[in-house]
Amino acid sequence: MTEKTYREALTDALFLEMRRDENVFVMGEDVVGGTGSPHAEPGFVGGVFGVTGGLHEEFGLDRCIDMPISEAGIAGTAAGAALAGKRPVAEIMFCDFMGLCLDQLMNQAAKFRYMFGGKATCPMVLRTTYGAGMNAASQHSQSLHPLVTAIPGLKVAMPSTPADAKGLLSTAIRDDDPVIFFEHKTLYTITGDVPDGEHLVPFGKARIVSEGDDCTLVATGRMVSFCENAAQALADDGVTCDIIDPRTTSPLDEDAILDSVEKTGRLVVVDETPPRCSFASDIAALAAGEVFSSLKAPIKQITGPHSPVPFAKELENEFVPSPTKIRDAVAEVVNFK
Amino acid sequence: MQLAREELEQAYKQMKTIREFEEHLHREIMTGSIPGFTHLYAGQEAVAVGVCENLTEADFITSTHRGHGHCIAKGCDVIGMMKELYGKADGLCKGKGGSMHVADMDVGMLGANGIVGGGPPLATGAALAAKLDGKGSVAVSFGGDGSCNQGPVFESMNIAAILKLPSVFVYENNRYSEHTHCDYVIASESIASRVEGFGIHTVKANGFDFFEVHEVMKELIAKAREGNGPCAVEFETTRFYGHFEGDPQNYRAKDELKDDRENNDCITIFKDKVTEAGLLSDEDINKLDEEVNSLIEESVDQAKKSPLPNPEDVTTDVYVSY
Repeated sequence: MTEKTYREALTDALFLEMRRDENVFVMGEDVVGGTGSPHAEPGFVGGVFGVTGGLHEEFGLDRCIDMPISEAGIAGTAAGAALAGKRPVAEIMFCDFMGLCLDQLMNQAAKFRYMFGGKATCPMVLRTTYGAGMNAASQHSQSLHPLVTAIPGLKVAMPSTPADAKGLLSTAIRDDDPVIFFEHKTLYTITGDVPDGEHLVPFGKARIVSEGDDCTLVATGRMVSFCENAAQALADDGVTCDIIDPRTTSPLDEDAILDSVEKTGRLVVVDETPPRCSFASDIAALAAGEVFSSLKAPIKQITGPHSPVPFAKELENEFVPSPTKIRDAVAEVVNFK
Repeated sequence: MQLAREELEQAYKQMKTIREFEEHLHREIMTGSIPGFTHLYAGQEAVAVGVCENLTEADFITSTHRGHGHCIAKGCDVIGMMKELYGKADGLCKGKGGSMHVADMDVGMLGANGIVGGGPPLATGAALAAKLDGKGSVAVSFGGDGSCNQGPVFESMNIAAILKLPSVFVYENNRYSEHTHCDYVIASESIASRVEGFGIHTVKANGFDFFEVHEVMKELIAKAREGNGPCAVEFETTRFYGHFEGDPQNYRAKDELKDDRENNDCITIFKDKVTEAGLLSDEDINKLDEEVNSLIEESVDQAKKSPLPNPEDVTTDVYVSY
């Protein structure tokens, strides 16, 4: 184990997987930075969030490809290269930009295997960033994992810790299906113990973050630590929670969630998206349909409002579910009569 | 014409197979026995075959919603294709794809595509894979005049150009983007003149003449193979049927189709050229026609007899593992 940041853990996974399999390569806007510049040597960016930094020094510019600002071209090129036998790891700087390449994800990569009768594989990873918390406003702060989770053929991973960042990215790269990999932009600097060497976290296997008796909290990404904060405050009042981080929203570890709700009888789902047709509503529907008789209180969904993500700090803070809101929701369901 | 006899026979047979495949579908669709949306390639055969006769199984192509011709030309199994179009369990795509998604990775056919302009980004990726592998493969994207107005196609051409990929962008200008004339929707003088703006060597050629297509492509594909970066070609061509089967084609000139059938039928043009030059006899042609007809008959016979898909298979092959 070595203490690493979330960013370093991701870079670690890329180095290891690129060493392991020469078919793996990275591509995206400024993933190297400076390729072809008459004024600088390549490599001064390494991805705008620094995740692909240093890769080109070991693997060269053939496998670390600076791309034009062409999201559809990037996603489509990755899908085509994967179809032709490569394992591209493409970067779309902000998931908001998936609007520019949704066809390549939704109609192409996601559907090849099915449409072509099981003969094709498309082992691509599309790394992207998501989430509010940096005053990046409406077009750079969304959490669009529900959008791609709803598309059969895609897998969706969203690590909440440095260890999971490494383990899930390694698994994503080795996976034979297309994976959309969501990195929360406020988590890059958090630190945690990360296993050295090969570290694989299976898809569809939730992490039980903490165990308790009174309420089940389900959250991913940044919201996991918000739930932990809320749970600590609740513990002072004698209320204990199961916190479940599904880690991948597709495939989804339904059993981990349902087993927990059967035990606690209460469910609060937390996600920083708007509420409609969301990951939170999906989990709520799952529990309501499968373990209704275990429920002692209505299911609560703590999400953002039905609005774009705003710019100003006061507004953005209001948009994002806070530990206080989560704590209040748990208290409400625990006290439900 | 410097093609060997076998090459001429192969080219004719491929074009004729596409034509008869499409003519059969045209008749059969009216009876209601082919489900879904179908876009026929009849009339454009010289392009698909003229291009693909310069390719090997190690090369890649992407296709369009009008893809049957490209699939046959690239070597997809005709019987498997016919079964697929009838929606059968043992079709090339197990009845999951249908007309717009015929594909066969084993022969480098990366799929017909229901999205206009969906193919070029994928072909660009295949070309990148080919470049990384360094074995001299190329990737050809077929697209129509309609696809040339799609943004992702522009992005693909630029990416292929800056990365010097072994990409060949083939534009088949059959005059109509669905039901709208190309002169209205393409602002530049031609598709070719626009593509040149991407820094891509581009040729404009007659797509009614197999020999011209073949010769142009031979040179362009060889250059792409040698690592000279992408190239493109705009072929003038025509489709003998509507945008989709059932299209009343009110947008056409009064005698346009009649004129095309009489004067611009690439198969007639091919036949006339080879028989006049004494390269193939009428008898040779008749023999090849018989072979094609029996292949199509066999494919239809098998397709009709083939089993329907099992409803339980609706969720198979969504993922490799899940």
